[in-house]
Amino acid sequence: MDDQHQSHEVADDLSPTRRSFYIKFIYGIMTAIGAALAAPAAIYLLFPPKIPKEGQWVDAADLASLPTGTPEEISYQRTRVDGWKVTSEKATAWVLKKPDNQVIAFAPQCTHLGCAYHWDDPSHTFVCPCHTSAFSIDGKVLAGPAPRPLDRYEVKVDGSRLQIGPLEPHA
Amino acid sequence: MHNKIIEWLEHRTGIQTAIKNFLYEDIPASSGWHQVIGSMAVFFFIIQVFTGGLLAFNYAPTPGEAYNSVKYIMTELTGGSLIRGLHHWGASMMLIIVVLHMLQVFLYGSYKKPREATWMMGVVLLLITLAFGLTGYLLPWDNRAYWGTVVTTQIAAQAPLAGPYLTRLLGGEGSVGNVTFSRFYALHTVLLPPFTMILIGIHIYLVRKHGVTPAVNDTAPRRKFFPEQVFKDTVGVSIAFLILFMMAVFARVPLGRLADPTDTNFIPRPEWYFLFLFQTLKFFKGPLEAIGSVVLPGVAVLTLFLIPFIDRAPLVRLGKRTFAFTFAALALIAWTGLTTAAIVTTPKTTEADETAPGAESLQAWQQLTPEELQGLAYFQKEKCKACHPGAGKRGIGPDLTQMIPAHRDAAWMIPHFKNPAQVVPGSSMPPVQLDDAGLNALSAFVLKLTPQNEQGLLSAPDFAVQGALIYQSKHCDACHQIAGAGKKIGPPLDGVGQHRDRAWLEKHFVDPKSTSPGSMMPPYKFTPQEMDAICKYLLQLPKAGG
Ligand code: FES
Repeated sequence: MDDQHQSHEVADDLSPTRRSFYIKFIYGIMTAIGAALAAPAAIYLLFPPKIPKEGQWVDAADLASLPTGTPEEISYQRTRVDGWKVTSEKATAWVLKKPDNQVIAFAPQCTHLGCAYHWDDPSHTFVCPCHTSAFSIDGKVLAGPAPRPLDRYEVKVDGSRLQIGPLEPHA
Repeated sequence: MHNKIIEWLEHRTGIQTAIKNFLYEDIPASSGWHQVIGSMAVFFFIIQVFTGGLLAFNYAPTPGEAYNSVKYIMTELTGGSLIRGLHHWGASMMLIIVVLHMLQVFLYGSYKKPREATWMMGVVLLLITLAFGLTGYLLPWDNRAYWGTVVTTQIAAQAPLAGPYLTRLLGGEGSVGNVTFSRFYALHTVLLPPFTMILIGIHIYLVRKHGVTPAVNDTAPRRKFFPEQVFKDTVGVSIAFLILFMMAVFARVPLGRLADPTDTNFIPRPEWYFLFLFQTLKFFKGPLEAIGSVVLPGVAVLTLFLIPFIDRAPLVRLGKRTFAFTFAALALIAWTGLTTAAIVTTPKTTEADETAPGAESLQAWQQLTPEELQGLAYFQKEKCKACHPGAGKRGIGPDLTQMIPAHRDAAWMIPHFKNPAQVVPGSSMPPVQLDDAGLNALSAFVLKLTPQNEQGLLSAPDFAVQGALIYQSKHCDACHQIAGAGKKIGPPLDGVGQHRDRAWLEKHFVDPKSTSPGSMMPPYKFTPQEMDAICKYLLQLPKAGG
């Protein structure tokens, strides 16, 4: 016997005000709960981790071994906080020692879309193979789609050693 | 425009009709507040999927790294502890809600013909909820997770016939490790969620097929599910959500120390909803153990599953279901009794003690093992403080009380002690000149440092440090145990001062057999200073677990 289907009449005796109150309440609560979940989720996914910035300075090269006036690509070992882990990884930079012993260190990626560029001695420019951006010896854009000069690392000279620090904020 | 899109969607997919059919289902006039719990369970499942997915975005599913990544979520991501709180407390609330839902269905007799399959599907969903709890418990990979799972896999191993296979399937053969971890993770995140969705779908389909159970003699005109009943469901959901959110904000979700398979001091304890089972096990000793761990729960689950066939009498009014009420009340009393007994009889874990306010009467250094005190001695001798001046202070080296999780690991620290510049390029720290045992001790001590206990640890008196050094150099731990470290060939020394005095100890060291006939301990010759230090050190040792 199918007991629950014995009565087929359906009453909808809700007054219109009551009905609209119910509907508003349902939408209101659902929106509130959605917001209470979405906001923390967005913060959780979008905010940067609160990791203390430590060990940013790295001993990278011997100053005396760098040529004067010609950029040189150096590679060095640095530690990086990678999520819940600290990894030690190889990093590179294009370093220019000027005659007055001032040093500039360029980050090794093209400012267009991040390809590795290199120093082209004959033309005396940095050239990027990807979309033919070219940069002057002090990083200014000479040609191509690159939107800004080459990014630089902060540098410190400690005796005869070159220390490389975090990226300089770009101008 | 808006209407056009809806029209198009409706024409191509029929979505509008489908939603209308779903919402405008007829329900009996007698439906009401008691039926909101099922919707709440679905809601909580959605919360678990959502927060679980978010956690997975920052979680490394391998032992060791899992712990570090959970710590990272808790301490370094904004909102991370809230998300974990929602997931953790959501799991508990989900179980409570599922049980309440079953209780309601049981008391109202809604499992009776033709709804037997709906009920049985519900029992399966209850078991799945428990499986979620069980597998999720391991994933933070702290001591409670590890030890809880050791116990679980061993219970599974006792199952008659299937035991060995179950153990192998859970990867728990030999020990809980990588394999068990991966399998629990796969179950928890890959297999169970879609499986649950399908079963919930079938469950809801069956509810729809047979309609909501009307009360006896409910002949009043039927009503629509929307909006009145949906309103009631929403009220239920919002209250439960508010409670959950409050818990996630205000109740700290514990994360103990990294799982330590050698920690013999840790008392495993399952999640609260498994405590009754844990307690039941205590009543069955030796060969009977399988009765408590497998047979009884098996019979209980089977009974639950077959309830619609056991009780086939026609439906009567709620007030007349005396037997059902008695049965439910007895089950509730038994559950509460067993759970309370489990809470009362299980000693507090040392983990909980570390953060408990009551632990303050003990000095921080009194809770160190001899090895950690030995490490403290080296910490002072090597003048580590010169470059690591302490909590919140800047020195040449970083603050050791707040190292990033990845460095809070002996496997990272020891190579770093041996050759600092190689592990941290550019580090100006000199290599630490100690043998391997010394390096182990030093890293054990450094791992203990927190901003809260640093002062207390470094204020350890000289006799304690010297006493511990002697204890370690004579390898007393080869036979004795202090604070859970060392072997138990001889008596453990925790709290030895409560039944021995200085004179007894001195005599005992010179000639062990004079004080303890039959003792295997060799005599020890100490200088007066050494004797003073070791005796004072031993006599102050706190009682175990205190
Ligand atoms: S990436 Fe260098 S030019 Fe496009």
